[in-house]
Amino acid sequence: MKLSSFCKGSILSVLLSLSVLSTPLYAESPEEKGLSIAKEMDRRDLGWQDSASSVEMLLHNRAGETSKRQLRIEFLEVPELGLGDKSLVVFDEPSDIKGTAFLTHSKIHKEDDQWLYLPAIKRVKRISSVNKSGPFVGSEFAYEDLISNEVEKYAYRWVIDEACGELQCYVIEQFPVYKNSGYSRQVVWVDKDEYRRMKIEFYDRKEDLLKTLVYENYEQYLGQYWRALRLSMTNHQNGKSTELTFSPYEFQVGLTDNAFSRSRLNRLR
Amino acid sequence: MRGLILLVFAWPLMVQAVEAELSGFIGAEMRGFLYHEQFDGQFKGLQFSSIIQPELEAEYNNGRDQYRLILFVRLDSQDDRRTHSDLREAYWRHIADEWELLVGFSRVFWGVTESRHLVDIINQTDFVEGIDNEDKLGQPMFNLATQRVWGSFNVYVMPWFRERTFPGKRGRLRFPLVVDGDVEFESGAGQHHVDVAVRYDHYVAEWDLGLYCFRGTGREPRLVPNSQGTRLITHYDQINQVGTDIQYTTEAWLWKFEGLVREGQGDTFAATVAGFEYTLYQIGGTFADLGLLAEYLYDGRDSDPAVAPPTPFDDDYFLGARLALNDTQDTNVLLGVIVDRDDHSRFFSIEAERRLGVSWTIEIEGRWFSNIGTESDLAALTKDSFVGIRLSHHF
Repeated sequence: MKLSSFCKGSILSVLLSLSVLSTPLYAESPEEKGLSIAKEMDRRDLGWQDSASSVEMLLHNRAGETSKRQLRIEFLEVPELGLGDKSLVVFDEPSDIKGTAFLTHSKIHKEDDQWLYLPAIKRVKRISSVNKSGPFVGSEFAYEDLISNEVEKYAYRWVIDEACGELQCYVIEQFPVYKNSGYSRQVVWVDKDEYRRMKIEFYDRKEDLLKTLVYENYEQYLGQYWRALRLSMTNHQNGKSTELTFSPYEFQVGLTDNAFSRSRLNRLR
Repeated sequence: MRGLILLVFAWPLMVQAVEAELSGFIGAEMRGFLYHEQFDGQFKGLQFSSIIQPELEAEYNNGRDQYRLILFVRLDSQDDRRTHSDLREAYWRHIADEWELLVGFSRVFWGVTESRHLVDIINQTDFVEGIDNEDKLGQPMFNLATQRVWGSFNVYVMPWFRERTFPGKRGRLRFPLVVDGDVEFESGAGQHHVDVAVRYDHYVAEWDLGLYCFRGTGREPRLVPNSQGTRLITHYDQINQVGTDIQYTTEAWLWKFEGLVREGQGDTFAATVAGFEYTLYQIGGTFADLGLLAEYLYDGRDSDPAVAPPTPFDDDYFLGARLALNDTQDTNVLLGVIVDRDDHSRFFSIEAERRLGVSWTIEIEGRWFSNIGTESDLAALTKDSFVGIRLSHHF
């Protein structure tokens, strides 16, 4: 054995033994690492208060036909622990459902509170929110894909770090712990620099790949908060897809709790 | 009243100053009646209509001032009383931090149940439009509202009364005698009696609650034959009414209750509609949802039509099903039957709707009167089962 290779070998073994020794001190289980990534994503998205945008939704079916919805959306951050955020969605197109609105007060450990407004008869209806896995207005997005991503709604597991396009990503699995989810798990690619979701794969209850959601055109607001302006959801089982294109968000536009109250529905434009 | 009229006519000028948005629909409708007419003069067979409902909206002052105008016009081939127009809405709304004020013609819906809209009272029913009491005439009003953490509170002051619409002599879905001619009011102020309502709304967790008090001219008229017995005169009474609507929402269940107590039409009476809607989601592995509905209807009013307006829903139950396909065309079907527990009269209904292409919708409405007892309040409608179809273009 040459001296140089002996040296190399012993250095390697020393390094190896060091790393083995250090493992018990610093090791995170994949579950802990997954959770800490999710918490960091959440931490970086605190304090935005309220936001508003409008969305063009394009629904593509297998035959290549496209139908369009145009909607406005407002969000209110609810900082209290245990409570989820509030959102209001108002439809502008198709014209026969113009003015129809969904108001959601999301909850972490309970069913969300949700109201539907029907402008033709000016009726506000409290609706059941257990149908989390049902399609949102005929699209490939389920209700649960659109409601706020609170940390406590999932259990996590880190899988691997890998390249995602030009960026480096953490790949984590998240397992819904809320009731009535249509998914067994989701695999999420999160970029290491800014902790943004880049891609999600949704697995159905039979563990088959159901859908893939790709986030694109990220923009940063208030020097901190990242929002993707383009979301593409492809359903691998039925061949349909839905694209959401957001107009640039407005942040801190002064929306308060009152703007997300049931009585607001009666004075929506 | 003069202020309201001024407001309505000044409206186009006010709208010009800001960017107004036009929308609405234009539709063609056909109704086919399944049986020959029951009363002299009524048409048989088909009834055609065209409908237009343009809507103008504008807001300025950063959304703090809203203007809305909704006009409705129907031209009917058979019944000149069904050919009518109405100002559904024409209002200005100002939104301040703690309160808001609406002045003008508006529509307000209260209630939670499906089979009967019992507690809904602000607007008069546009009865020639439909017998389900969902079409309403615009009500002139001042509405002051405030939203607080403890709930929302609304005051309505209504300075002008709207009379219910009724079919003419040729029309179907009417009484043996035509409602025509004189209108009588219990109040000396007649149509100008100022009606007042206050309402409190709140929601806490799974509960949604509304409670109101109404004082003024009752929207339901008594129908009294004239001295010759050839026509029906409408008689509007002064009433006091307290009503409540409550919904408890848990998992896939909606538990619903509407109740009222009314004085001013014979003995003070109570009425209620209570029941549930249970939804089965994604039935058979599809995206379709099936809702199952059951409600009980009770109305304790005097059965003498000279004392209180008649209602067929004195002791009835309702069973229904709502199918939503959740497809891109938003296909929906609502089926139901109301059965009288006393004489077993059955009133079936179906409503279905689907979008065609981008801007068209097709709606089907069917009403079928079956096994109607001779003493039933629906006896006059025994021969009026019909199927209607409406094609609308939305703009």
